[in-house]
Amino acid sequence: MNDSWCFFSLSLCIKALLIPAYHSTDFEVHRHWLALTSSLPLSHWYIDTSSPWTLDYPPIFAYFSFLLSLPASLIDPTITDLVAGQNYAAPSAVVFLRLSVAAADLFLLSGAHRLSSRLPPFRRRILLALVIWSPALLIVDHIHFQYNGFFLGILLISLGFMVEGRDLAGGIVFAILICSKHLFMVAAPLYFVYLLRHYCNGEWSRAVARFLVMGLAVGAVFVATFGPFVYYGQIQQVFHRLFPFGRGLCHAYWAPNFWVFYIILDKVLAFILGKLGFIIQTPKASFTGGLVGDSSAFAVLPQINPIITFLLVLLAMSPCLIKAFVRPQPKQIIRWVAYTFTCGFMFGWHVHEKASLHITIPLGIIATDSLADARHYFLLSIVSCYSMFPLLFEPQEYPIKVLLLAIYSVLMWVGFSSLFSNSKAPKPAMEKKVERSGNGTGLVGPVSSCYLLGLVGVEIWGQFLHPYIFGSRFPFLPLMLISFYCAIGMMYSWAWQLKQIIRNS
Amino acid sequence: MSGKKPTMEEVQSSSEFPWSNTTLTPATSVLIALFAALVRFLVSLGPYSGRDTPPMYGDYEAQRHWMEITLHTPVVEWYRNTSANNLSYWGLDYPPLTAYQSLAHAFLLNSSIPESLALITSRGFESHGSKLLMRWTVLVSDFLLFFPAAVCFAVVYFRRFGGSGRERSAPWLLAMILLNPCLILIDHGHFQYNCISLGLTLGAIAAILLRHEFVASVLFSLAINHKQMSMYYAPAFFSYLLGKCLKRQNWVLEVGKLGIVVIGTFMFIWWPYLYSMEAAKEVLYRLAPFERGIYEDYVANFWCSTSVIIKWKKLFSIGFLKFLCICTTFFAFLPSCYQQIKAPSDRGFLYGLLNSSFAFYLFSYQVHEKSILMPLLPASLLAQQEPFLFGQLVYCGLLSMFPLLLRDNLILQYTVLFALFGLIFYQNGRHAWEKIPLRRRFLLVLPVVLSLLLHLIYLTLRPPKKYPFLYEALIMLFCFSQFMCFTIWTNIQQCSFLDIFHWTKAKKKDV
Repeated sequence: MNDSWCFFSLSLCIKALLIPAYHSTDFEVHRHWLALTSSLPLSHWYIDTSSPWTLDYPPIFAYFSFLLSLPASLIDPTITDLVAGQNYAAPSAVVFLRLSVAAADLFLLSGAHRLSSRLPPFRRRILLALVIWSPALLIVDHIHFQYNGFFLGILLISLGFMVEGRDLAGGIVFAILICSKHLFMVAAPLYFVYLLRHYCNGEWSRAVARFLVMGLAVGAVFVATFGPFVYYGQIQQVFHRLFPFGRGLCHAYWAPNFWVFYIILDKVLAFILGKLGFIIQTPKASFTGGLVGDSSAFAVLPQINPIITFLLVLLAMSPCLIKAFVRPQPKQIIRWVAYTFTCGFMFGWHVHEKASLHITIPLGIIATDSLADARHYFLLSIVSCYSMFPLLFEPQEYPIKVLLLAIYSVLMWVGFSSLFSNSKAPKPAMEKKVERSGNGTGLVGPVSSCYLLGLVGVEIWGQFLHPYIFGSRFPFLPLMLISFYCAIGMMYSWAWQLKQIIRNS
Repeated sequence: MSGKKPTMEEVQSSSEFPWSNTTLTPATSVLIALFAALVRFLVSLGPYSGRDTPPMYGDYEAQRHWMEITLHTPVVEWYRNTSANNLSYWGLDYPPLTAYQSLAHAFLLNSSIPESLALITSRGFESHGSKLLMRWTVLVSDFLLFFPAAVCFAVVYFRRFGGSGRERSAPWLLAMILLNPCLILIDHGHFQYNCISLGLTLGAIAAILLRHEFVASVLFSLAINHKQMSMYYAPAFFSYLLGKCLKRQNWVLEVGKLGIVVIGTFMFIWWPYLYSMEAAKEVLYRLAPFERGIYEDYVANFWCSTSVIIKWKKLFSIGFLKFLCICTTFFAFLPSCYQQIKAPSDRGFLYGLLNSSFAFYLFSYQVHEKSILMPLLPASLLAQQEPFLFGQLVYCGLLSMFPLLLRDNLILQYTVLFALFGLIFYQNGRHAWEKIPLRRRFLLVLPVVLSLLLHLIYLTLRPPKKYPFLYEALIMLFCFSQFMCFTIWTNIQQCSFLDIFHWTKAKKKDV
């Protein structure tokens, strides 16, 4: 525990220093939810429209907000005032909410600690550093303002139970997670298949009994969460809030996923066909304008709707589901879960760039397993963190985000290279094995180092060359470039994970 | 693959992360430097001294005003009272190198926010953008001077003194130098440019360890020309270099060469003011503001602390007090100087820096709370030798600046750096700590507990109306007693080098 606390305290120092930094409108969203849950009865939580920031997280997070509002109203009653508190960002509110995020990170600490406790010291320290000092998490949670550390902590606790073979506890915690933030539902099919095959195994009667136990336990979580709203007859309203499909395929800033290629292909085709003399109707909602229309509008390629993305996600994760069905192994569960999140990220509907945290944090847990994993994680975590840079656009935070990523990269470099170079030195036989699993023995191969250098190029283009050459014209171009370039890395990561899962038998 | 792992990890289990290497590889030094840079950027998010407090504001406004003056008036008028340069409003009172540095930064600021430096009309100018740029000028100065000097010192130190093992971790030493909370809070919180003069001094120290005496003389002369406070180290540099020269043949020539280098550097810096005696005197007069009294506020030095009993300011004239200060300071640094002239050594030199800067801090005329940064630098260089002295000194120094930083609303940054330093210090101190007998541990913990108590008292309790500055005085007396103990201890340490020297000599004679 000593190491974990030490790492956590160090990160806590950084988080505390980040209190005066910029925070996005998400700060006001969460503050409003404190006011909402503390001043209105349960029956009004999901129908209230006193602020544009309506409650769109599942009820457990609303309960969590309610819990937070109790100390908040003692510290400063204005924080939890529905009317006077609007856009309230006095030091008391900022300090309280920032510290509540830092405190919620205790879940992350507990999850990471649980998963690392059985590893040897050196690997344990690397794992803790990778997860607790994640720069993307610092950027999203402690500057931009969200509670991802809390959710990811619950996810890690669930994964910890699963790895230990305590499937029932893992299942219950996962149900709690879904009822706190429904985006994690992407992993539900995998959990279902895995638990069905791993937990409900053995003789027929035992399997049925276990299936019933699991069903009852998970059902109880859902009943406790959604029950009150069913009672009030608002369940439809709640689901309407949770799944606003009115939003478009892509967020204003495109998350670096498959759809970036799709949109760009569409644009290119439209341009070429237009030149060739075909009459192409320009769609109303322009993607490049950053506007989010009701529907995705493509000029040439087939239109995409939520059902298509849903089927595509299922299709992409099907190899993993089959693997889990045929041979459910606790050892593989973290990799599988990370892969399902990758599928959701790559092909999902209206994905935020922040969702790549769901991939990197679980993969950070298994990054020290082998050199190949370490190499993949090195690349992925840098790309994922870089894709979040546009979240912080003010000059004040610019050096901070760059330094956070740079420190993390050097830390990974030092950690991984000392971990894997020491392992090779005494055993020449090992070296050959490692070579076979990757393209080379180094941490970064020639292709990935070129790719990472290109990342630096993209950043220099966006920060210096673009404003110098174009001035304020085409403001969307640097963002598009970041999305496109990071999408290549994410696509590679998805393919690599798929390959890894298919190979592992 | 997994079957083979346990053996390799047993090897690694002893090493720690991220301080796993006891040697300083480029990657670890980059890591530490980047982290130190991050901490500085984060502290610079906070407020600065004199924010929104007209009419005089604070040190931030002083620096901004100097940029304004150096940018818009000719060099000869910088230290002169003119219609454009009202010396009673933050007149320049640092040597010319500070003025040149202000000018260089002024060009930077002027190119993007010219209205922040407009002559006269810009007084008290504060905006988010100009604050950011001003902060970045300090940060850039820090990265360009203090960081390379610190890395250079750490590398040279370990080449010179060698050593390995847990207690001699080079990365830890570098972290201790770069993450000195007092320096970070004053430069990047309160707003000053101590990193420049301290960086130059640190570079000079590294050059001394590398035996580049001319480089050291130039760098140290530059440091003095940036802040006259760097004179605190002068006795140590002087005695070490003199001691070295005396050991050589033709020592007069050697001393002469160094003297020419120093004088040449000074002439170079002072060139615009050397056209007449008057002009040079004008500048010199600005640098020594004797009229400001023997001490300011509640600084934990001898004069201020004893003034609780003896009212120095009332009893004696300024002239006599000046004389008294010179004498006491001289006698305070004399032992360490004597040791260095007699037997100059690298380690003795580091102790000499600490002792002479302490002598000035405790006994010289017109000392400020921030001057504690001067003894802190050599103490951080000696962190391997004297880990607990350094730890205590940092905490004591922080406490002595607590009222000042609280006035700047830097309480958050103060608390965090207080904790951060403790965490990193403990990474290495832990092994040394476990070796200490219980009774001595108590002695080491007691001051920390007392200082925490003083923090709490200062924050929560209101002083009695009769003594509005009671708690400031308490803090001052506590810090003064600690500083006295430290300097007595370090003087004894340094004199023990002399004893060893005599002892080994005697032994040789016996043989």
